[in-house]
Order: sequence, then structure tokens, then C-alpha cells
Amino acid sequence: MARIELQGLVKDYGKIRAVHGIDLSIEDGEFVVFVGPSGCGKSTTLRMIAGLEDISGGRLLIGDQVVNQREPKQRNIAMVFQNYAIYPHMTVGQNIGFGLYTSGLSKVEKQKRIAETGKILGLEQLLDRRPAALSGGQRQRVAIGRAMVRDPVAFLFDEPLSNLDAQLRSQMRMEIKSLHRRLGTTIVYVTHDQIEAMTMADKIVVMRDGHILQVGTPTDLYENPMDVFTARFIGSPSMNIIAGSASAGALSVSGAELSGLALPAHEGKILVGIRPHDLVVTEEPGGAGLNSQGVVEAVEPLGAETLVHVMLGDTQVIATAPGRVVPALGSTVSIKAGPGSLYLFDADTEKALGRA
Amino acid sequence: MTATTPSSTELAANSRNIRPGRIIAWTLLLIGGLIMVTPLLYMFSTSLKTSGQVYDLRLIPAAPTLDNYVKVLGDGRFMQWFFNSTFIALTVTASNVFFDSLVGYTLAKFRFRGRYFIFLAILSTLMIPTEMLVIPWYLMSSQFGWLNSYWGIMFPGMMTAFGTFLMKQFFEGVPDDFLEAARVDGLNEFTIWWKIAMPMVVPAISALAIFTFLGNWTAFFWPLIVTTSKELYTLPVGISSFSAEASIQWELIMTGAAIGTIPTLIVFLVLQRFIVRGVMLAGLKG
Repeated sequence: MARIELQGLVKDYGKIRAVHGIDLSIEDGEFVVFVGPSGCGKSTTLRMIAGLEDISGGRLLIGDQVVNQREPKQRNIAMVFQNYAIYPHMTVGQNIGFGLYTSGLSKVEKQKRIAETGKILGLEQLLDRRPAALSGGQRQRVAIGRAMVRDPVAFLFDEPLSNLDAQLRSQMRMEIKSLHRRLGTTIVYVTHDQIEAMTMADKIVVMRDGHILQVGTPTDLYENPMDVFTARFIGSPSMNIIAGSASAGALSVSGAELSGLALPAHEGKILVGIRPHDLVVTEEPGGAGLNSQGVVEAVEPLGAETLVHVMLGDTQVIATAPGRVVPALGSTVSIKAGPGSLYLFDADTEKALGRA
Repeated sequence: MTATTPSSTELAANSRNIRPGRIIAWTLLLIGGLIMVTPLLYMFSTSLKTSGQVYDLRLIPAAPTLDNYVKVLGDGRFMQWFFNSTFIALTVTASNVFFDSLVGYTLAKFRFRGRYFIFLAILSTLMIPTEMLVIPWYLMSSQFGWLNSYWGIMFPGMMTAFGTFLMKQFFEGVPDDFLEAARVDGLNEFTIWWKIAMPMVVPAISALAIFTFLGNWTAFFWPLIVTTSKELYTLPVGISSFSAEASIQWELIMTGAAIGTIPTLIVFLVLQRFIVRGVMLAGLKG
């Protein structure tokens, strides 16, 4: 196990800079998830850690060693790929054992390790099968097994669940999480799925355009996003963003009444963020916070709750109603967000100003 | 479980489905098949005839005999030619599979300056006809002392542009993740190529091996030019020498040719699914 440290890490492809000097400390045994949209530099960063991409600038430390110039095999890390990358011409046992190809272990010791790994991952009965005869989840387990068997200092996962269906993805999330608890090995995990990030990470790293926007625990990022991008990226459904303005300590939002809110000192245009779960359809409007009425544009009954798309001024927002309440399309409903649930952002910089 | 048999109405419906266009197509295919197979049948037929019966064009010989086979197989030179052809075809095939794959893999999977230029240069050699190359090959062989040697026969075909092109195209289809996973697992580049990439392109290797083997097994022009001693003749050159002596011994030529087709037939029968796939992959080059 080892600590991984990124110091001003840069990646250039010709004249294009893909990663802009990022700094990050990943503690020993930590589960860190890089999250962001396609092209944000998260996979490139992971590949630099793995040694599959040259580092254009900065330093990468694994343990206390600078590993910029080291080959992947000299870094003692293991990687699980999006398409599993298990070899179709080898059996499950051979695939898992392939991680030990250069280990110098005896055949008996290799077999023992393969059997142990197979047992941990529930693959004992499948060791003689070929990958073609496995389900997606089983294939992913084989890929994890090949990574595990080497006892590496860190696991790198590159969107490993993207090819699985929703149900299997949820199951594998829990399996990877429990594997982490069991092994205690540092994990760096890349995904574009914020649910994966929220459910698995000890620490989430939000990236955009080759920059790290924010690093924190899932709760930190959910409760205290530092900008509009992170606020909208973390949380499902995405945070509603409504244009407003602040003047002389008063906040105004088109089509809504605001009262009893403590506002940060700011003058000018602002963006008001409200999470759909904080914006509720109510039959008792009024009180402190944001109150409004709007026409129902769409409803999404989810069972436990109903997502109600409502026009607030000229912006469509998503509010929530209890599961059994399904407002009629075109009807007018009252919506309300209590004090402390409004996230305020500077309209120009999109940086957080605080909550109201 | 009950077995289902087609009823008379189903059979009638099927026979109505046979359209005239299909009948014409089948007839043309049948004619084409007969045209292709007739020389082969005559070859086997003539090999079972005596010298006096050669011009009797009946397909089934009046008095079939295996004397020609006894004579040809008993001739030490024929077995030497058979060995020469086998050795040359196998060596050149192994060399092509190894070198064409290695170069194809390098061009497909590594990014380096001049990669595209090298590929174009290799590809451009496909445009030069063999006849144009024979004189430089001969001069080269002469200067290096390779005339009348196995190496002299084999060297022009040890690596081919076509094989390199075929393998490059195939390796491009191998996802990089497999190779990168092996890199992370600590394998060196040669082992990655050999252990991971090569097993993933077995159909292409089979196609390349078949084309190369058949091409070299039937090679005539260059072996005829580069060899002078009969001990080094390949099978086609040796068989042709039956006609260069006092008279043309058709029955012996056909017997030699019939024996010579056996490895080819075995290759076709064993690997026919790969041949079809290989031809599809390689366009029309055969």
C-alpha cells in the first residue's frame, strides 16, 4: 500500500494541454474517485499514474519515490479497464494468473494465489471457463481478480462499470466497495457517473477541462459545492439554477417571493441553486425561504417520490412531491424551498457565494 | 418429442419457391465447377494410365495402373524435390508469419515519426511486378553467392508487403486496453506481441500462412532461374523437367502433379474456413 502524490502534473498532446498542473494527495488506503464529463482529463490523469502516458510536467510520487520515468511494471500498481481487457484466448484461471507472469513465484504458489483470489471473488467454479462463457459481471470480477492477485500498492479503475446494466452496476459498486474495505489498498477510480462517485468514494475529485475544480468527501461536495459546475454535477437530479440579483442585502428572483433569508454581502447578478429535493411541492405556501407558484410541465412518478417539472418565471425547475402526489399537467402548484437550501453563485465567475 | 416431417403441401410450396433466376445461377455455378474440376480429374486419370493410353481421352482409364506412382516415388530425385518444396514452403511461411506480424504490429500499435512513410514505402512495393524484380534478385544472389542454394530460392519471399499490410490491418482491430493491461502486468513489448496480440489475430495468421504456403509450394519461375543443380529443384521445377528430356512423359508429369497437390488439398481441407475468411479479409489477393 502507498500514498500517491500529484505535484503540478501536466499532460500535453502536442500543443494541446490536456491536464493543467494538478496537485493532489491520495492517502494510503484511501478510495479516491475522479469524476467529470468526457474530455475533462480524468482518464489521462489515471493513465499518467499507471505509467501508460508520459508525464509532460510536474512530479508523480508513489510512496516516497518519484516515478515519472518508471515503466508501468516498476510502479507495482494494477489497473482495471473499462472493457475488462481479459484475454479471450485464456481461461479465467489463466487470466487471473497472468497478473503473476513476471512475479517469479513457483507454479504451486501461483496456483494457490489464483485459487485464493477466485474464492474471494466467487469465481472458484469458473476458473476453467473462457471469458466468452461469462456474464458481464463475471468478466469484470476476473479483471479485478487479475489486478488483485499481484498484491499491488494501488488499484486503478478506469470506468470499470460503464459496460454493465444498471442493476449489475449497483451490485458491483457494493462489491468493489467491500473489496476495498477488506483489502485496504489505495484505489483511484475514474468515472463520469456521479452516483458511482458519491456511493463509493472516501474522497471525490471533480475535474473539468484538465483542472481540478474541487476535492472533498461526497457530503462536502454535495453540501458545499464551490462552483455551479460541481453543484450541478454532484447530485441527481441536477441542482436547479435560477437567475437572480442581489442588491442592498435583498435577493430577488423572477417569479418568486423570498423572505427571512440571511444573504451574503454581494451586489449584482447572481445564480440561485436549489436542489430538487429541497424544492417541494406544497399545499401550505408561505413562511421563510423561497415561495412561488408555477405551471406543471411534466411529472416523473418514481414511486417513493414524484419529480415535478414546474415553470418558475421563465426557468423550468424540478421540484419534488411525495410519491402518491402526482399533479396534473398544466395545473398550477405552489413550490417552496426553506432557509439554508438556496446556494448562491456569482453569475460572472460561477463561484459559490454562500448559502441562504 | 416428435420428429417433424415436411408435409406434401410444404414440399409443393418449397418447389414453387425455386425461381428461374436461381436455376440459371445454379446452372452457371455447375458449369463453372465442372470447368474447374475437369483438369484435376484428367490429371488423376492420366496418372493412372500407361504411356500408350495418354492420348485416350476417356476419363476412366481402360486399364488403370499405379506403375507411374511406383516409378515416380521410387525415383530419389522426386522425393528430394518434394522435400525441397516442403522445406522451402514451411520456412518461408514461418518467416512471413513472424516478420510480417512483427512489422504489422509495430506499424499498427506504436506511434513514431515516419511510421506512415514506412508503411507507404512497404505498400508501394506491391505495385512492382515480380518480373521486374527477378533481374535485381538474380544479380544480388550472384554477387552474394546465393545462386543455387536454398537461401537463394527463399530470400525474396521471407517477408512480404502483402503480409505486412494484412497483419497491420488486423492488429489495428486489437483494442489497446489488452496491450496496456499486459504492460501494467509487467510484460515486455515482445512478450506482449507474442502472448497477447498474436493469439488475437489467429484468423489473419492462418490466412497469411495458407497464402504463403500455397504460393511457395507452387512457385516455379524464380526457383527455375536461381537453381542449376537438379538436387535443389522444387517440385514444380522438377516435374517440368520430365518434359525437358527425350520425350514428354505426360503420365509421369501428371503423377508428379497429383502427388504435389496432396499437401495443397490437405491444407485446403483442414483450413478451408480460414481460407474463405482470409480471402474476404484480403480482398482479392490470393
